[in-house]
Amino acid sequence: MLTIWAILIDGLIYASWLFLVAAGLTVIYGVMRILNMAHGSLYALGAYASASSIGWYYASGGDQLWIAFALLASCAIVIGAIAGFIMERGILRLMYGRDEVLMLIVTFALLLILEDLMKLAWGTTPYFAYQPYAALGRFNFGVLSVSGYQIMVVGVSVVVGAILWFWLERTRTGKILRSIIHDREVSEAMGVNVRRMFTMTFVIGASLGAIAGGVTAPIISVVPGIGVEVIVVAFAVVVTGGLGSITGAAIGALIVGLARAASIHTMPQLELFIIYAVMASVLIFRPNGLFGQATARKI
Amino acid sequence: MGHSLQPKPWQRTLLSTATSLAIASAGIMGFAGSASAQEDTFKVGLVTFLSGGASGPFGVPAAQAAETVIKAINEGTLPKPYNTKGINGLQLESVVIDEAGGPTKQVEEYRNLVQRQNVDAVIGYISSGDCLAVSPVAEELKTFTIAFDCGTPRLFPELESPKYFFRTGLDATADNVGAAHYLKETRPDITRVAGIQQNYAWGQDSWNDFQLSMKQLMPGTEFVDNQTPQIFQGSYGTEISALQTSRPEIVHSSMWGGDMEAFVTQANVRGLLDQATAVLTTGESGFNRFKDQAPDGTIIGGRGPFGAFMPENDLSEWFSKAYEAQHGVPPSYPSSKMAQALLALKYAADNSGAEGKPSDEQLASTLKSATFESVSGTVRMALSGGHQALQPMLYGEYYYSPETGPELRNIRSYTGACVSPPDGHDAQEWIENGFPEANCN
Amino acid sequence: MMRLRKTEISLVVAALVLGLSSLISPDWLVFTSTLAVAAALVVMGVVMLMRAGLISFGQGLFYCTGGYAVGLGGRFLGVTDALALVGMGIVATVALAMVLGLLLTRYREIFFAMLTLAFSMILYGVLVKSHGLGSTDGFSVVNWSILGYQPDQGHQSATGLWLAIVLALAAALFLNRYFQSSIGLACEAIRENEVRVEYMGISRRQVLYINYVIAAALGSIGGSLTALTAGHVDPTMAYWTISGEFVFIALLGGTGHVAAPFVAAFIFILVRTYAVELFPNSWQLILGIVLLLIILFLPKGIWSLFTRTRRAEA
Repeated sequence: MLTIWAILIDGLIYASWLFLVAAGLTVIYGVMRILNMAHGSLYALGAYASASSIGWYYASGGDQLWIAFALLASCAIVIGAIAGFIMERGILRLMYGRDEVLMLIVTFALLLILEDLMKLAWGTTPYFAYQPYAALGRFNFGVLSVSGYQIMVVGVSVVVGAILWFWLERTRTGKILRSIIHDREVSEAMGVNVRRMFTMTFVIGASLGAIAGGVTAPIISVVPGIGVEVIVVAFAVVVTGGLGSITGAAIGALIVGLARAASIHTMPQLELFIIYAVMASVLIFRPNGLFGQATARKI
Repeated sequence: MGHSLQPKPWQRTLLSTATSLAIASAGIMGFAGSASAQEDTFKVGLVTFLSGGASGPFGVPAAQAAETVIKAINEGTLPKPYNTKGINGLQLESVVIDEAGGPTKQVEEYRNLVQRQNVDAVIGYISSGDCLAVSPVAEELKTFTIAFDCGTPRLFPELESPKYFFRTGLDATADNVGAAHYLKETRPDITRVAGIQQNYAWGQDSWNDFQLSMKQLMPGTEFVDNQTPQIFQGSYGTEISALQTSRPEIVHSSMWGGDMEAFVTQANVRGLLDQATAVLTTGESGFNRFKDQAPDGTIIGGRGPFGAFMPENDLSEWFSKAYEAQHGVPPSYPSSKMAQALLALKYAADNSGAEGKPSDEQLASTLKSATFESVSGTVRMALSGGHQALQPMLYGEYYYSPETGPELRNIRSYTGACVSPPDGHDAQEWIENGFPEANCN
Repeated sequence: MMRLRKTEISLVVAALVLGLSSLISPDWLVFTSTLAVAAALVVMGVVMLMRAGLISFGQGLFYCTGGYAVGLGGRFLGVTDALALVGMGIVATVALAMVLGLLLTRYREIFFAMLTLAFSMILYGVLVKSHGLGSTDGFSVVNWSILGYQPDQGHQSATGLWLAIVLALAAALFLNRYFQSSIGLACEAIRENEVRVEYMGISRRQVLYINYVIAAALGSIGGSLTALTAGHVDPTMAYWTISGEFVFIALLGGTGHVAAPFVAAFIFILVRTYAVELFPNSWQLILGIVLLLIILFLPKGIWSLFTRTRRAEA
């Protein structure tokens, strides 16, 4: 019984983290049909920005927790937005209209470049900004404990998901975005400025990736290479849930999170492949992912 | 729909000419080979992680230590018995290569170092996979090579009759046998032991050796769980929950670098380390970084007498001062181990009896079965036919206070003969048979 | 038919030149060339799939299977003949590909890419878990011989290069014909418009399946050659970033010509090794910039520099 509770709690926590990471990726793919491999680098950028700003704050004598959190969020969002803007305007824009595959490789090249740029900027020493994580303590349930910070992360991802959903479903911009997701050419024919929407979408997706990194930074030790580790997991969640669907990303994250928690608690040998096994299984029964839309084929 | 980016005719010609020139010059550069080392310098290739997750805790500190030591060697400012300028009178020049990319790539880079860059010796290798792949190539190319950090116990058993390949560091067996001894001496009443290792060869080997050793030394131990998260996973929430449900008294971990720091912090905040004491076999690399995130009493090791475990002698005092002056932090164990490898090189060159640049054969025969002084005390190349170092294993308890900083207490040392199997014995069998011929006094 | 013969002759000549250059090249260059030829073989498999409109991020699966077949065959079955080992690799890989192909040919685009990636990573996970196979350390490959000829000390690299060249030439000649054959052309047709191909009575799944299995075999030969040359196998061969490198090289060379993967593989490996030497701290940056420049200015790959035919952009 204890194990089942542990699986549920751990699964939920991991799923919320997965959702934060995958949300930006799925939004960008849905609107722009770009599978952004550099999403991992944006995640890492957010993590580095948060970790170094928190580290600087505490080293210069600050001790107000809320300021640390404000720094965490703002630095991540700002750096994500700026990086996303530069990437989209500077490089991706040159590639529109070309093969989807080439886009993927361009983002792969950007990943390589960003990895080394981050290494040059922040060095290789691990950044260890644990103060916000430690400060939120833990809640004990018998033998189990849950860290307060992780609960906060769950909250953040729920809020982010809600905002995204609301924005896409209820606002005008959101509806325009959904129309672009559905059919880009027709939207353009109806007068939508698709280019501007693309830039906006990419910036938002990049910021989401950076926020995910920023929020994760106090838990982990930020080192070169964390971006690369995250990409494959994010891809798996996005593909499982259906590309372009926020609901899909959420459900996909939940499934993967719970499956992983279950395997760690009961069958640790499977841990390494459980994510891929889940993805492969979903794709066998629903070839476009859980909530993916089968695209009409042009004959 | 966007302007065309097809290059115009003149651009095309320019590009094709440029590309052809580039390819041709690459080929010519290849044939010419880079400037070969002059006769009055000794060129050493250094291979260590400059990118990826292992660069922060290990690769870059090792490269920095190399900088410090090589500079001192060339200036002749090392303490006795290394106070001569250069090695055997030759100035030491270094070429640094990134160890990233996997064993196949490292084999290629090793060959490039030796055949294209014409280095006279190679020092490096943190990753066990790289050591295993490169060692046969070192023998094939007959190049004096020292592995300074890789921890696989399989290195010399797999390398038939080595002549040129040496290791001045200790392996995972020594780490974990030492840990078991330390627990037996300092925590004789514990019964429930859990582990968390990174899921790859190092983690698997470490847990295996630790389990076998504990079964010998503390037979009543119950192994309640072993978590094997992915390397570089970073966030161990679920693993910590699983460990908590099994209520261990000791948590053994061979995790290193960022993963280790993250795990310790998370486990501390979650309360796992209130219930259990962590035993970190590579913990010394976090000695100056844990601050108050590792609880008092955490047991840490430094893979031998390195880093904070260095004994007090002229060399270690000089090294600590010089390293901290140049790089701002005290040296951790990877830095000390790199210093040791360079001292081994200097020892081998100075005592080779060669006029001018010693050959690989002269260096190898001098270092084989040698005894030399190092930052870690006296090193005896006494195992694997004289190619593997034999040194004591040390563990201690970590304490921290904001006023006095980190310190080690309750340090115990176990002789090399206690923690490493003698030649001819397979490590696992040696442990399972109760450590025959071990000398623990 | 005249064009075919001309290409084939030039391929044979190029192979001979490369092989003979091993007599005057420094040893490290011979070694690097062998690795480049082996990589090019895998890339040819990627190119085959790309011509059918599919991007595979999982060729590492077959690359690794080929490599481990060589390693295991030598270590546990005592086989030391290089050709036999390569053959074992092909058999194992084709068996695997025939099973996986049944599933994978149902998918396109991103799903195909992700599924191939997933299976490659599953193999990686299995190998990492297997302590007996050395986990991430991998293990070394036995000393090998070819049909009884045991290369002596100085000639090991050259023998490896010749073996690689012979196998690669055979593959290149085969592919040259394949691309012009009905199956090869059907693949390209599928990339353009699947539904019409189906209407014409050609089974898409069958075509793609055969294509996939052959590409897998090529990947296996590349992996076996790499294992024989480097003398070591490890699970990294199945990691997705290695597959990514193959896709990178495929795009670098373009799909226009059978020789393109070879040119691209050489350039890639040379650029990477010099980047590592000259910029040990930022070689990924250099690689990424070079890739971006190629994509922006040479979208059809480096091979487009050498061809005269170009389509005018609208």
